[in-house]
Amino acid sequence: MPQTMFDKIWSAHEVSDGLLYIDLHLVHEVTSPQAFDGLRLAERPLRRPDRTLATADHNVPTDGTKAARLIADQLSRVQVETLERNCEEFGIPIYSLGSDRQGIVHVIGPELGVTQPGMTIVCGDSHTSTHGAFGALAFGIGTSEVEHVLATQCLVQKRPQTMRILYSGELAPGVTPKDLILATIGRLGTGGMVGHAVEYAGPAIESLSMPGRMTVCNMTIEGGGRAGMIAPDETTFEWVRGKAAAPEDFDAAVERWRKLPTDDGAEFDRELEIDAAGISPMVTWGTNPGMVVEVTDSVPDPAAMDSPADRESAERALAYMDLRPGTPMTEVKPERVFIGSCTNSRVEDLREAASIVDGRRVADSVRAMVVPGSQQVKAEAEAEGLHDVFRSAGFEWREAGCSMCLGMNPDTLIEGERCASTSNRNFEGRQGKGGRTHLVSPRMAAAAAVEGHFVDIRDWR
Amino acid sequence: MRPIDVIEGKVSVLDRADVDTDQIIPKQFLKRVERTGFGEFLFYDWLRSGEIELEPNPILVAGRNFGCGSSREHAPWALEDFGFEAIVAPSFADIFYANCTKVGLLPVELDEAHCRAVAEAGEARIDVDDQTVTCAAGVFEFEIEPDIQHRLLNGLDDIGITLESAARIDEFEAAQGAAAGPATTGL
Repeated sequence: MPQTMFDKIWSAHEVSDGLLYIDLHLVHEVTSPQAFDGLRLAERPLRRPDRTLATADHNVPTDGTKAARLIADQLSRVQVETLERNCEEFGIPIYSLGSDRQGIVHVIGPELGVTQPGMTIVCGDSHTSTHGAFGALAFGIGTSEVEHVLATQCLVQKRPQTMRILYSGELAPGVTPKDLILATIGRLGTGGMVGHAVEYAGPAIESLSMPGRMTVCNMTIEGGGRAGMIAPDETTFEWVRGKAAAPEDFDAAVERWRKLPTDDGAEFDRELEIDAAGISPMVTWGTNPGMVVEVTDSVPDPAAMDSPADRESAERALAYMDLRPGTPMTEVKPERVFIGSCTNSRVEDLREAASIVDGRRVADSVRAMVVPGSQQVKAEAEAEGLHDVFRSAGFEWREAGCSMCLGMNPDTLIEGERCASTSNRNFEGRQGKGGRTHLVSPRMAAAAAVEGHFVDIRDWR
Repeated sequence: MRPIDVIEGKVSVLDRADVDTDQIIPKQFLKRVERTGFGEFLFYDWLRSGEIELEPNPILVAGRNFGCGSSREHAPWALEDFGFEAIVAPSFADIFYANCTKVGLLPVELDEAHCRAVAEAGEARIDVDDQTVTCAAGVFEFEIEPDIQHRLLNGLDDIGITLESAARIDEFEAAQGAAAGPATTGL
């Protein structure tokens, strides 16, 4: 019987009915301390330290602090030091503050090559869906499940339903993978993919680079999806080739990986087609990623919405965002710009943003910052001179971490500030209490930094 | 985890859709390394601004897609520590739902009309074994995975159950061969 890629990976990892083997467990400081405590309390050993990898990302300052013990915020310091101690006690490799491999957990996995096609990958972080870009089954878990994987290298899982979104046509110039996924979530809603492992397919997906594919899979969770996946192909193999953890017998691995894509005639529980050529640059206007419009549109009018629940949510969102219905999105003026996060902080994202700001200046009304996703991304970008481009345009060039995506570290918005952000969530207070977030692509964020308001990148200058 | 059989009592209502985990427990409280004491930070901004009011009743009725967003288990920890024993909603985010069942906070999916009826009744009785919610408006059935139901009813430790399959996990690992993932320790 023809199988989907999801079916193949799932059945290859079923130890018994509903018990799934996990090939790689990524760990960070926020969702793990209670799991390690649980192990100690029950006197359970860690089953596979060699299938586990840790880094510090959520709490770390991006100001050049070189070691955990130097973190000024006491609670953050304790959390990162606790991770370091736990990793030492249980023998887990860790790239903490000060390591040249430190970075956002979903950036360093792919860049080290530990993320490979056909694997099952989990992490106590919802954006674990990012790794699905390699044709892996990757999803976020809570702390109890983190403890479960540490102890057993397995997870008790309910098999999700399958869904395929086929993108016909090609993205127009200036339209990015970020716009593709924002447009998709706008159409389906923040709960539209709940319960499903989603495969993204079609010509518009096949022509994406690996960073582009990671951006798409990363935001699967913003549509409520359990996992996002893209079939591995030459683009995938070329990314993994030569990485630190690439398989020794690479050709044999590629032979295995070629069998992963969904078979012709395989059935999905749900299928959907989206015309990629019709997608425009997108900007969120509200307080969840599904509240999104084309940049050429205006702030929507709640009164025109059919469902009372939608209307009420929209009204509350507009009050929080301090926006009036009918205002053109191009008249919305962010005073902060954040380029970074596990969604858009890879070298390719930084190159795109740099190409927009090269030779230009950040508007006087704007404070803009770039936060590379990892120390390796930072080094690569600096070798290309991107840091000079950003700095001479008036951007801050910072150290690797989650930074202002979630404001668990000193990088936050102050109350009332409006931010054009390349991150993944525009929830109330996400980037700082009272902060107002508009999610956009790196190009759109960079152009907004220069102009002081959103612009349609397709016909800008 | 303590066994859950019947949850009975007054109902609190949060009539909002797409309530995300950043609202349930804002990030500044995720820096703690303990598992307890999160209740006082539940809906921190909304409760302190007076935007919502919530009594720590046994049952919370909420809107669709409750718990969307991050994987933080701190969200069910906070809800439970605040005093809730069950959350009734038309739908839940996947990770949040799974986290609740690990913590012993009962997630109950009912359609919107039944959720409204429970909210209006103000009191309800949830029977995990029968899979029913009973209130003044009637008796409503809900679905729950049999293994989750079994674990909740008996207060079982998930990890302990899986470790009983240790021999099968050994066999699985031995058979994985070249298809096993990369070793993280050799980098």
